[in-house]
Amino acid sequence: MEYLFKIFRYDPLEDEHPYFQDFFFETKEKKSLLEALMEIRNEQDSTLAFRYSCREAICGSCAMVFNGNFDLACRIELQALESSTIVIEPLPNLEIQKDLVVDMEPFWEALSQIKPYLYPDKKIQEEGHRIEEKEMEKIFQYINCIMCGCCYSVCPVVSRDERYLGAAALAKLYRFVKDPRDKRPFSHLLGVNTEGGVWGCDTIFKCNEVCPKEVRPADGIEALRRKLVVEKIKRIFGFRR
Amino acid sequence: MISQDILVVGGGLAGLAAALSCDPRLNVAVVSKVHPLRSHSVAAQGGINAALGNNPEGRDDNWEKHAFDTIKGSDYLADQDIAEVMCQKAVSTIYELEYLGVPFSRFPGGFIAQRPFGGAGFPRTCYAADRTGLVILHTLFEQSIKKQVKFYNEWLVTKLVVKDGKCLGVVVYDLATGQIMPVKARAVIFATGGYGRVYSRTTNAYINHGSGIGIAYKAGVPLKDMEFVQFHPTSLLGKNILITEGARGEGGYLVNNKGKRFMDDYAPSAMELAPRDIVARAIQTEVDKENGFDKQYIHLDLRHIGEEKIKKRLPGIREICINFAGIDPVDTPIPVQPAQHYSMGGIDVNEKCASLVEGFFAAGECACLGVHGANRLGGNSLLDTAVFGKISGDEASVYVKGSEGTESSEKILLEEALEVKARIEEWEKRSSGKRVHRLLDRLKVVMSERVGIFRKKKDLTEALAKISELKEDYERVYLSGKCLRYSQELVNLIEFDSMLDLAEVITLGALNREETRGSHYRLDFKERNDKVWLKHTLATWKEGKPQISYAGVNISKYKPEARKY
Repeated sequence: MEYLFKIFRYDPLEDEHPYFQDFFFETKEKKSLLEALMEIRNEQDSTLAFRYSCREAICGSCAMVFNGNFDLACRIELQALESSTIVIEPLPNLEIQKDLVVDMEPFWEALSQIKPYLYPDKKIQEEGHRIEEKEMEKIFQYINCIMCGCCYSVCPVVSRDERYLGAAALAKLYRFVKDPRDKRPFSHLLGVNTEGGVWGCDTIFKCNEVCPKEVRPADGIEALRRKLVVEKIKRIFGFRR
Repeated sequence: MISQDILVVGGGLAGLAAALSCDPRLNVAVVSKVHPLRSHSVAAQGGINAALGNNPEGRDDNWEKHAFDTIKGSDYLADQDIAEVMCQKAVSTIYELEYLGVPFSRFPGGFIAQRPFGGAGFPRTCYAADRTGLVILHTLFEQSIKKQVKFYNEWLVTKLVVKDGKCLGVVVYDLATGQIMPVKARAVIFATGGYGRVYSRTTNAYINHGSGIGIAYKAGVPLKDMEFVQFHPTSLLGKNILITEGARGEGGYLVNNKGKRFMDDYAPSAMELAPRDIVARAIQTEVDKENGFDKQYIHLDLRHIGEEKIKKRLPGIREICINFAGIDPVDTPIPVQPAQHYSMGGIDVNEKCASLVEGFFAAGECACLGVHGANRLGGNSLLDTAVFGKISGDEASVYVKGSEGTESSEKILLEEALEVKARIEEWEKRSSGKRVHRLLDRLKVVMSERVGIFRKKKDLTEALAKISELKEDYERVYLSGKCLRYSQELVNLIEFDSMLDLAEVITLGALNREETRGSHYRLDFKERNDKVWLKHTLATWKEGKPQISYAGVNISKYKPEARKY
């Protein structure tokens, strides 16, 4: 089978504009998109830049856009694609460093803003928390996140509002809020009670659609909204714990 | 020039554990060739061992029994004092990780769940379904955000700079800018992981070239026990993605083409949960006897475990099978074959993770403290990274506070960086020559075919000859793409130097060791020989080649005996 790869190329230090370069790729064996890209790089143009590591959809390195779909290149099988022409682009909403390599810094910065770590109960440091599995199950959906950035890149709010933290960071926050061990004070959630936080979301759920790990990050955003509203009401009526 | 008190190289579990335990008053940074969350630790699945005694069948477990299993599993090549340190610290390490936020799976009552694993007398492997590495790495990364650890991501260390037996820093290649730079550091901790990609069949990530180990070797630090290479029994046919030992811990069967649970013939009492070296050899033997499928694989059958348990305890395995093999283990057996998985050997360090170079430390898979001996038990590597990562950070801090800087170090570092630059310029100038990815492909085949699970003198000798041919070819490599920014070709060119050294040291150690022990199986010397070979192999880079010597094993409590399962 022969494929035509149209790959986005851009070196901000050399090129005035981005462009697409054609590569022909022939294979008889089953190959992943990532394997095809590696072969194209090795055999046709070794300056082609892209990220990868685990090749098993767990490290989150190789997120990119192919024929308009957001996914991890390692888990896409060429033979499963409907078209023999494959257009490959870098993740949008992030600045291009070279070809398919984007600057993930704003994504990581958003993550660090939500204080993405457990606020444990200090009294139990020695023997750890004792929590039933069914309590922990509430966060399982969210701990599957591998921080690949697909949700951040597909989000129309991220593209128009630079304050918006994006789905991955907000879902991570909910992962902690929902963790039965977390003792985060309610006041620490007020930082996302903003347009840059949970109220920025357009609720068009593109993030849920593209997530390769089925995290459904927008569920977390919606749950945070509910929590913020309910807690506010409780406080207004004096039900404060 | 960037200058750090402590520079940790590697952002996987050992590296992050090290960085988090360094004295916060010191100026610490982590250098990693990928973003820390892209490290190979993230792919660890089945769990982490500690004798918590939470499983109803593990009530009588304790750290001494864990240590004994580790030592027996090592085929008695483990240094017993150090194995004891690891197992003794295991329990508090798990509670610490839990306290930091690791979402371990639970038993009723809210206790951390534990499953049976290979070579263990009790079910002592703590887990978070089958994504234990992912959740621990993410937790430690989250802690690094909390503690504001400084990261230099996508920097590849190309050289460890040592002068008069003292570590001065490193030289790095910054992928984003294409620059070669010296970094001054009073102490350097390597936590650079394994070298799986030296083999063609490996469970390791593409990034696992093992260059950290090779760089330390070239800087004069000995490598220990490198011939002991772990082959994991069950990797997914084709891509060789890991299928956790936890799948057998949860009750999975290994079945040959006659429908027989063949482990009965190899380890009648432990069956599928014998240590990895034994199970990997059993599978390969079945395949070689034509009891496998397509002359390549056997079946890992989980169907009897049931859909509910598979979805709950092994969701990641199910996802991998669906994504990468197009099968659902709920109703189809998984095609598996052995693949390189782990390096028991590595940079020779003592119980403080310190090497013979002052100020140079190592932890995790790249290091060899002698804990795993000739065969590592499943669930002990995550433990190793957490325990010894922490010790390396503590000890490097102690060292830095009691040492003085070297005055001339900046000048030496600059010179070393220029040397690296000159080498790259030479590759850049050439307009033709050998392509490094082709050499790498050749090396992998040599290692898989001749230095694999079953070894013999003829193969090993031939492998050494082929490795030296490759070394000659490496002298004629060139850089075909002339842009140095984000050049994976340059990364490969730099790291291949180490890969050749590692291949040579592994093969030479294997050739010399005329016995069978743990993962090292010699078809021409099938017995363990304690009289001659109960000793560690050390390989030191001297005058352009490895010099082999040997060192004693610490045997304190447990006298070597026959290893039966």
